[in-house]
Amino acid sequence: MRSILAGLASTVLALGAAAAYAQQQVTIVTSFPKDLTEVYKRAFEAKNPGVKVEVLNRGTSSGIAYVREAPANNKPDIFWASAPDAFEVLANEKLLEKYNGANPKVPAKIGAYPINDPEGYYYGQALAGYGLMWNTRYMKANKLPAPKEWVDLAKPVFHGHVAVSSPSRSGTTHLTVETILQGEGWEKGWEQMLMIAGNCAAITERSFGVPDGVNNGQFGIGLVIDFFGLSARASGFPVEFAYPSVTAIVPANIGLIANAKNAELGKKFIAFALSEEGQALLFDPKISRLPVLPAMYAKAPAGYPNPFGGKIKPKVNFDSDLSRSRYYVVNAMYDQIITFRHKELVAATKAIHAATARLAGKKNAQAEKLLAEARELTFKPIVSEEKAKDKEFLALFSQTKRDAQKTKQLTGLEQYWNSTARKNYIQAAELANQAAALAK
Amino acid sequence: MKAAAVTPAIAGSLPVPAGYTWQQAAVAVAIAAFLLVFLIVPVVTVVYVAFADGAGGLTLSHFATFFHISLMHESFWNSLYVGVWSVAIATLIAVPLAYFTVRFEFRGSAIIQTLGVLPLIMPPFVGAVAMQLIFGRSGAVNLLLNDWFGFTIPFMDGLNGVIFVEALHYFPFILMNLVVALNNIDSSMEESAQNLGSNGFRLFRRIVFPLAMPGYVAGAALVFIKVFDDLGTPLVLNVTNMLAPQAYLRITSIGIEDPIGYVASVIMVIASLGALWISTWVMRGKDYATMQRGYAGLAKRKLTTRQTILAYGWIGLVLAIVLAPHLAILLLSFAKVWSFSVLPDAYTLAHYASVFQDSPRAIWNTVLFCGIAATLDVVIATAIAYLMLRTRVPGRNALDFTVTIALAIPGVVLGIGYLRTFKGIEIPFTGELLTSSWILIALAYTVRRLPYALRSCVAALQQMHVSLEEAAENLGASKRRTIWRIVVPLMAGGMLAGFITSFMTAAVELSTTIMLVSSQDDAPMSYGIYLYMQSAAGRGPGAALGVLAVLIVAVGTYLSYRALGQRAQDARDVQRLA
Repeated sequence: MRSILAGLASTVLALGAAAAYAQQQVTIVTSFPKDLTEVYKRAFEAKNPGVKVEVLNRGTSSGIAYVREAPANNKPDIFWASAPDAFEVLANEKLLEKYNGANPKVPAKIGAYPINDPEGYYYGQALAGYGLMWNTRYMKANKLPAPKEWVDLAKPVFHGHVAVSSPSRSGTTHLTVETILQGEGWEKGWEQMLMIAGNCAAITERSFGVPDGVNNGQFGIGLVIDFFGLSARASGFPVEFAYPSVTAIVPANIGLIANAKNAELGKKFIAFALSEEGQALLFDPKISRLPVLPAMYAKAPAGYPNPFGGKIKPKVNFDSDLSRSRYYVVNAMYDQIITFRHKELVAATKAIHAATARLAGKKNAQAEKLLAEARELTFKPIVSEEKAKDKEFLALFSQTKRDAQKTKQLTGLEQYWNSTARKNYIQAAELANQAAALAK
Repeated sequence: MKAAAVTPAIAGSLPVPAGYTWQQAAVAVAIAAFLLVFLIVPVVTVVYVAFADGAGGLTLSHFATFFHISLMHESFWNSLYVGVWSVAIATLIAVPLAYFTVRFEFRGSAIIQTLGVLPLIMPPFVGAVAMQLIFGRSGAVNLLLNDWFGFTIPFMDGLNGVIFVEALHYFPFILMNLVVALNNIDSSMEESAQNLGSNGFRLFRRIVFPLAMPGYVAGAALVFIKVFDDLGTPLVLNVTNMLAPQAYLRITSIGIEDPIGYVASVIMVIASLGALWISTWVMRGKDYATMQRGYAGLAKRKLTTRQTILAYGWIGLVLAIVLAPHLAILLLSFAKVWSFSVLPDAYTLAHYASVFQDSPRAIWNTVLFCGIAATLDVVIATAIAYLMLRTRVPGRNALDFTVTIALAIPGVVLGIGYLRTFKGIEIPFTGELLTSSWILIALAYTVRRLPYALRSCVAALQQMHVSLEEAAENLGASKRRTIWRIVVPLMAGGMLAGFITSFMTAAVELSTTIMLVSSQDDAPMSYGIYLYMQSAAGRGPGAALGVLAVLIVAVGTYLSYRALGQRAQDARDVQRLA
């Protein structure tokens, strides 16, 4: 026992000594995977001997919480993540520091979306679009055609072969969902997503679960960010990736945290990430992200997507203010009527597909009426477009959660959505079955 | 010369010396202080949030709201369902294995016992990844089934997958505790029963199993609680309608302020405590101490040829399934691409190269943190067990109760509690934050693993009759000498089991680690694997690191069996000669 204590004490002291040595350290909070951070870490350390890069790997919302809760004299230096919303949240809470670190060669906008924060708190470091990724072996074995648009995934042939994550669990999925909602409109967008979700084999727990599942053949098709598909293909997996027309190109950002422990080094790292050298690292096959410097694309590998070249034609001009205003509503709605009721939704969708197939070519007014009712029960969003714009309604979701009264109201509403969805899906399945039976 | 025949233990409570010494009281106070700072206060912080009304007062409204949410209802019943079924299947696997290898002459039984411990080594979420590769929708087994027979079995769909993975991962808890308990049964008990005409299954059911009850109940309760609180496996299998995932999801995605997540945590704590209370109630009033230790020189029984084939067949089947995830992880660590096929396309050593290049620190960290945690655990657990069963120090049962609560605390909750409680505190002499240092991780492991060590030590001590110590003291040994020369060696089996369980479960735990790991330099292997698994190109290296984790723990286990096992054997030999 004594020797253990002595060992502990000496280790602590040794750590203290080591801490005194490691003066030059830059701490980065990021949601990016090890593949990417490892490459940047090695490159930056090679360029700046004596400097150590410390990477704290956190999911986007955990990362925000971490930065917020870090004590004032021990804040990390850099925040680096995909979701622009996260940076807006940090900027609003005055957790980011404004300074003049932009690379002038980076264009002001991509499409209509600003690459760097207009207020100057953070900078775009890479670009990403959203698309469809599929496993060629799976598609061949199950005789499925290659999809082109989001709406293709609603077709009966893809039932049980699709995978998607949940916007509340993944900043990037949230952006995908918002892109669809903004591209197709609230009502039609939700309808599409419900149909696609009804065709899903699973709503994965984290955004990486989708490309992971497609990679190892668990799912056939997934909704993913482009670099998941591109890096998997480059790593040798039998997958393909395509951008649909309803997509948006959005920057992944990097920003200096306010009161950073080592702000000078932080600024240096940001400059490195935005420089040609740092941008070239994005072409690494394991990373496969899109640089913000247009000049880089001249040296890109063959067939590399170029967002500045006009080949990817995003139909959607992403409005991040709108996204932020209804952030929590979208999350809550998706979870209550899709994620947590997925089993019933899939059953209803299956019944509707089967009934539609039975009724194909046959004229049966009553059956068609039943089927239409089933569709409406399943695919109509529970919150209408007007309600979604109502300021009071939105305010309910953005209050602090500890207030007992508000919590009660909120959970009551979510409970209502959940149970109504369940009831509707079960009823829809019954109606669809009835319609199928009538089509004898 | 064989020791004299002994009378079985007398029913009723164990005789305990009156009063207590100040040394015993000091030990109790020290342990209490440790538990207070590193368990009670963080947990109370979390519980407070569940009752806080946001204005400084307390309220039950969050609980009322919780029970009105059908999703939470559903999650609760799902968790119970999964827990109970996991225990059932784990029992099915563990009991025959334990009985066969302990009671019968079985070549290679030592190997079987060690192999049966391997599931614990692999992080649960890695196990789930591996199981998907073999038993999933497009896994090897289903691909073959579909090709040959045209159908697939949904092994891994929904709750089935969770039960399958959990039972296979946690059955060793029952196995290890049961083996220790069975080994401690005096085989002359079996002989007497047989003399009186009882044999076969009746003998097992009426004599052997009831005597091994402490081991079984301890193991079953642990399995239930671990399954009930497990976060990693449901998450990887995309099952979110269970209590642990719901608590985690709400706290991390809605916010650290969301009280419903904390309410879920408190309910998990209550349910886990309920399971523990049931297990204690079953044991109440039964005296399981025997004076003679097992291995009384009676030869192990021989099996008939038919029995041998059946036994080996059953064990072979179980081991094949249990080892499937290990095999899958091994293949994955060498695989270039493994997608929608029964076996990988091509093989490579590149993943191991990148692991040794990027993560040598992680391996050292695991050994360091888990070694410290396991050692502390065994020391504290032995002390508490002794205080509970051999002294009258006031509050000793409260110590046991407090430690047991740690079992029912989800890792996430303890992590959050630590972050809130130790915010801003600096380690003396270094200027480094406690919450950013690895010491907190090691302490979290210690606290969370202490219940396992305690169960093992208590079970071991319960089976040791106090008159053995009285005899030693009659012969002039001081209390300290008695403990060191008599109690500890005889408890060695239980202490070893406790150390191994602590070490191995700490080596693969992830929920608390995720909350407390600050820098990648402080990351143990489990976290390293988790990081790797987050990208397509990282699965290979992640699997390679997983294989290394299995190897380290296997080697450690083997060495501890050799080291401590020998000492315990010596002690028994000495006793036999008396």
